Amino acid sequence: MNGDAVAMLVGLVLQFGVPVALIALGYFAGREAERRHYASIQEREARFLRLPAVPTKAWDTTRAVAEARLVCGSVVVSADYFKRLLAALRNLIGGRMRAYESLLDRARREAVLRLKEQCPDAHLIVNLRIETSTIASRNRQNGVSCVELTAYGTAIRYQE
Amino acid sequence: MNLPPPILSAPPAPILITNIESIPGKRVVEHYGLVAGNTVRAKHVGRDIMASLKNLVGGELKGYTELLQEARAEATQRMVAQAAALGANAILNVRYATSSVAQGASELFAYGTAVRVENAA
Repeated sequence: MNGDAVAMLVGLVLQFGVPVALIALGYFAGREAERRHYASIQEREARFLRLPAVPTKAWDTTRAVAEARLVCGSVVVSADYFKRLLAALRNLIGGRMRAYESLLDRARREAVLRLKEQCPDAHLIVNLRIETSTIASRNRQNGVSCVELTAYGTAIRYQE
Repeated sequence: MNLPPPILSAPPAPILITNIESIPGKRVVEHYGLVAGNTVRAKHVGRDIMASLKNLVGGELKGYTELLQEARAEATQRMVAQAAALGANAILNVRYATSSVAQGASELFAYGTAVRVENAA
């Protein structure tokens, strides 16, 4: 009798406890990580305010250019368990997936910041391209599925 | 008396790479056409395990970021080697492309136009 109850309890914990724990971990750890990441992004974006990265190909042709070179920044991100749950629920009714919007937004801004960190002495980055690509997981059920954000462009440094 | 051997040729200058149609301050004197480099990389099991742990809390997967950066550097390097073999000293209009070819593997591809540039007078 008692043995059966214990077995049932263990079964219940295994069945529901693990996913609930993962979702809770995703919620708390994921939210804290996102808050810290946004704080870091804002601080670094403020530092790089004087180095604009633009998708046009125009620069100041009246000034002599000392150096022009290709720079690239990238980041691979994946969603936490809580965000995946939100996305699964959102899939039922459709509409905006805010959880994923913020994930991709900060990944994209991180990629651009890494690009700028490659050329802190440049004056301008022209022809900025931002690409998104999904990295397929090894098996569709439990595999790691993630997204890579890449930013690349030509850094231009004028002669002083 | 031991004299150093005469320098027969200057060491090759690094190849200039941009993703715009020119190199500011230089002019194109010769065109060599398209050069490209690619590499296909699979995720490695150790990194995959670390990534699946990291996947529980979400956020950046540093192992994969590094893996793809190395792969992109290698694709670029192959493109540069091809341009150098043609006698070019610059590659213009470089583009990068990524595609998943199989489960757990992706291809990094870099291509551009190989040219010879000279300082504009």
